[in-house]
Amino acid sequence: MAEIIRHPKALAVNPLKSSAPAGAALAFLGINRSMPIFHGSQGCTAFAKVFFVRHFREPVPLQTTAMDQVATVMNADGNVVQALATVCGKSKPALVGLATTALAETQGTDIRRLVHEFRAKHPQFDHIPVAAVNTPDFAGCLETGYASAVKGIIEATVPDTAGSGLVGKRKKQVNLLLGAHLTPGDVEAIKEWVELFGLRPLAVPDLADSLDGHLIAEDFVPVTLGGTPISELTTLGEAVATIVVGRSLKGAADLLAERTGVPDHRFDGLIGLDACDRFTATLAEIAGIAVPDKLERHRAQLQDAMVDTHFMTGLRRVAIAADPDLLLQLSELFAGMGSEIVSAVSPIKAASLAGVAAGQVHVGDLEDLENLARSAHAELLVSNSHAAATAARLGVPLLRAGMPQYDLVGGFCKTWVGYRGTRQVLFDLANLVLQHHDSITPHHSRYKQPAPSAPQTAAAGGH
Amino acid sequence: MKAADIAELLNEPACTHNKKEKSGCSRPTPGASAGGCAFDGAQIALLPIADVAHVVHGPIACSGNSWDNRGTASSGPTLYKIGMTTDLSEQDVIMGRGEKRLFHGIKQAIDTHAPAAVFVYNTCVPALIGDDIESVCKAASERWNVPVVPIDCAGFYGTKNLGNRIAGEAMVKHVIGTREPEPVAAELVPPGITIHSINLIGEYNIAGELWYLTPLFDELGIRILCTLSGDARFHEVQTMHRAEVSMLVCAKAMINVARKMEERYGIPWFEGSFYGITDTSAALREIARLIGDPDLVQRTEALIEREEKRVRAELDAWRPRLEGKRVLLFTGGVKSWSVVSALQDLGMIVVASGTKKSTEEDKARILELMGDNTIMLNTEGARDLLNAVYELKADILIAGGRNLYTALKARLPFLDINQEREFGYAGYDGMKELVRQLALTLESPVWAAVRKPAPWSQKAMVIAGPEMGDSPDGGDESDAHAHDHDHTAPAGAAA
Repeated sequence: MAEIIRHPKALAVNPLKSSAPAGAALAFLGINRSMPIFHGSQGCTAFAKVFFVRHFREPVPLQTTAMDQVATVMNADGNVVQALATVCGKSKPALVGLATTALAETQGTDIRRLVHEFRAKHPQFDHIPVAAVNTPDFAGCLETGYASAVKGIIEATVPDTAGSGLVGKRKKQVNLLLGAHLTPGDVEAIKEWVELFGLRPLAVPDLADSLDGHLIAEDFVPVTLGGTPISELTTLGEAVATIVVGRSLKGAADLLAERTGVPDHRFDGLIGLDACDRFTATLAEIAGIAVPDKLERHRAQLQDAMVDTHFMTGLRRVAIAADPDLLLQLSELFAGMGSEIVSAVSPIKAASLAGVAAGQVHVGDLEDLENLARSAHAELLVSNSHAAATAARLGVPLLRAGMPQYDLVGGFCKTWVGYRGTRQVLFDLANLVLQHHDSITPHHSRYKQPAPSAPQTAAAGGH
Repeated sequence: MKAADIAELLNEPACTHNKKEKSGCSRPTPGASAGGCAFDGAQIALLPIADVAHVVHGPIACSGNSWDNRGTASSGPTLYKIGMTTDLSEQDVIMGRGEKRLFHGIKQAIDTHAPAAVFVYNTCVPALIGDDIESVCKAASERWNVPVVPIDCAGFYGTKNLGNRIAGEAMVKHVIGTREPEPVAAELVPPGITIHSINLIGEYNIAGELWYLTPLFDELGIRILCTLSGDARFHEVQTMHRAEVSMLVCAKAMINVARKMEERYGIPWFEGSFYGITDTSAALREIARLIGDPDLVQRTEALIEREEKRVRAELDAWRPRLEGKRVLLFTGGVKSWSVVSALQDLGMIVVASGTKKSTEEDKARILELMGDNTIMLNTEGARDLLNAVYELKADILIAGGRNLYTALKARLPFLDINQEREFGYAGYDGMKELVRQLALTLESPVWAAVRKPAPWSQKAMVIAGPEMGDSPDGGDESDAHAHDHDHTAPAGAAA
């Protein structure tokens, strides 16, 4: 069990943490035709928008209640009602995600009351669900905000059907509650995995459908251009099972179980042989069929890759900085490949950190990562693009993981999970190590014969 | 910051549009707003000062979601790239520990990085709970004997533009005039030449484009005392008051700095641009004229002639590929006109220019350059923008990074012109990069490929445009045609 260490510093330097409202926006962006709104100043939205646009290389719908000085000092309740009405009227979303910010929370907003007020004033928008969540920037990080929003989406859209006998009505449907540590590529891979068993996956949220980067027939839509359809959210209670990926989703998963009574299976992550095996076995059990040959083959391929790459990963000294769920998942992968996690950094404290496969987990920033990695002689860094400068200063390669990844095209949709995803991650890791191989420094022996100044043709000393 | 102080900053007598709507005054519409905040603007304006520790006082979002995302380059120190924030926690807010945390944070920054100065950016939450950052900065500065400059730029104060001015005001109030410039070393003065000093205000050295210009200034014997703030150092900002001329490179940002330096130190200033051959030459000419050294004027003319000839010869090869291509230019402020001249230099046709963030002066310049039938697009929405592209039959959209993916999703050639871009376009040599980037996107074979339907598909993958049928989201019909085409009346009629 990892020891959790906090660093009492006045400043966060080279922050690792992204804010909770950004996380909430990410979850809302996985719902079809949705529009997230931040209750805060315009900048809160602008910064989060740029953050996602640079990461996904996609247009990102995100609105603001635009608190100005008067609203901030006096009262911003009207801003919320007006923003909801404007967004519902102009963009006709299927769902509005409303996330508070530090500014609104410091002022003391009561976001749920304001949604009621909006309902009373604008009944013409009653058909548009509003998921309202408290996500002050001064608490939590991207992962916690995301988890709050997933819970908020369930709260706003999933009817209470527990005990009504609906469970399993859709015999093939498996709900997937997916965490912030999964990329659009991961979500797509998980859905295909489920489909291999003849089951029908319903991902909540479904980033693979909204932020995978695809051109559509229309030139412009003001809301998300894919994601979990709102109509499907009402069917969650009719599934045969729910699969939850990510410990941070505990609250959301508990609520879904309570509302629907659908039995769930919880996973930390789906990277690495063991996690993949457990997931595959679970699917086989749910579907009641044998594991398809194709998966057996993928499994065998992963095993082969593990053997091939263990030379590069074994005893490799790795430093990782990421949000807790991602950190936990990656640490297991590395530990399973014989690497040593010499420094692990998380932006926030979380119960899951105790499970990280490292002696210690530090709650801190990329400056902490840099210092820890330097003193522990780390040979490989794993973190988001912000750590590129850190890696350069340390003179070690960086494997980009987490958000944001603005200097790696396609990083946003890389597949990490599953047998094939893990295999590719191992290849990428091994290649990084090979390209940064430290060769032995040449030694020029003082007795080594100097090259002759002129070629000597006749054999010496023959006479 | 007090409401009265904000009002004073918004009241900019040097702006010809001062009597009209003041940016920042108009209340943003909840649920229909785009653009950054005052903190964003202040940070854009000052972050390029490379040897300063930039400390953001607030919860994580302000720094955590935004650090390390500017294309500004430094020729030396990289301290400005280190993100620093007090990362206020819930307890800090509730218990009122923000000031204490900031004080220790400043010490931490000084201890770790030995910066030339510390800039402290105030944000919404500490502004709301009343942290007195000015006093904290003063105390910290006295205690550790390092300049600590407060920049009171909470996001809710207003727009990015206001933030630019707040940043400029902070420099005028706390930094400019606090040091005398070092004399130019004798061996650097060519015989018979007087070295003159200037400021470039509002030049941010995006992608290093300032370095297309600095060799020219070196050649002319002009010392750039300070750029505010591309590739600048703190000590350079301190000496700005000794310049003979200030050039305001980005019109809206920090016009207050130029005006106040004129009032206080009698430094003449003018607005110019380094985008395009014509404007670059005009700017160099104006600098020499304002300095008033006949020898410099003569040498400048010679340099302009040589450079123009050189670059025009190189651009001639590109000209047939770009000539006659129709551009929709959608960007704010100074770029709404400065880039026009660059494009016209290439024989391109600018069919419209976005003016949402332009001043009256900017608009007057557009008219001057593009003629009386100019279409000015006063809109912010992506839908309106795309419709304008179709209606005006533009071949390419030139805009900021925010609209990049809007254009790409609509399968439109695009050039990024704002500060996040990765290529420098300023000066004579910047034009070469500009034409390359224009040709690269305009001529790319990918457009035909992505507009083509799959061979087995019955229906064509249609780009919706007015001439091709209805707007795809028909429900937004009212919105779709709401853009405000500001067909400006001929100048004569207006007068």
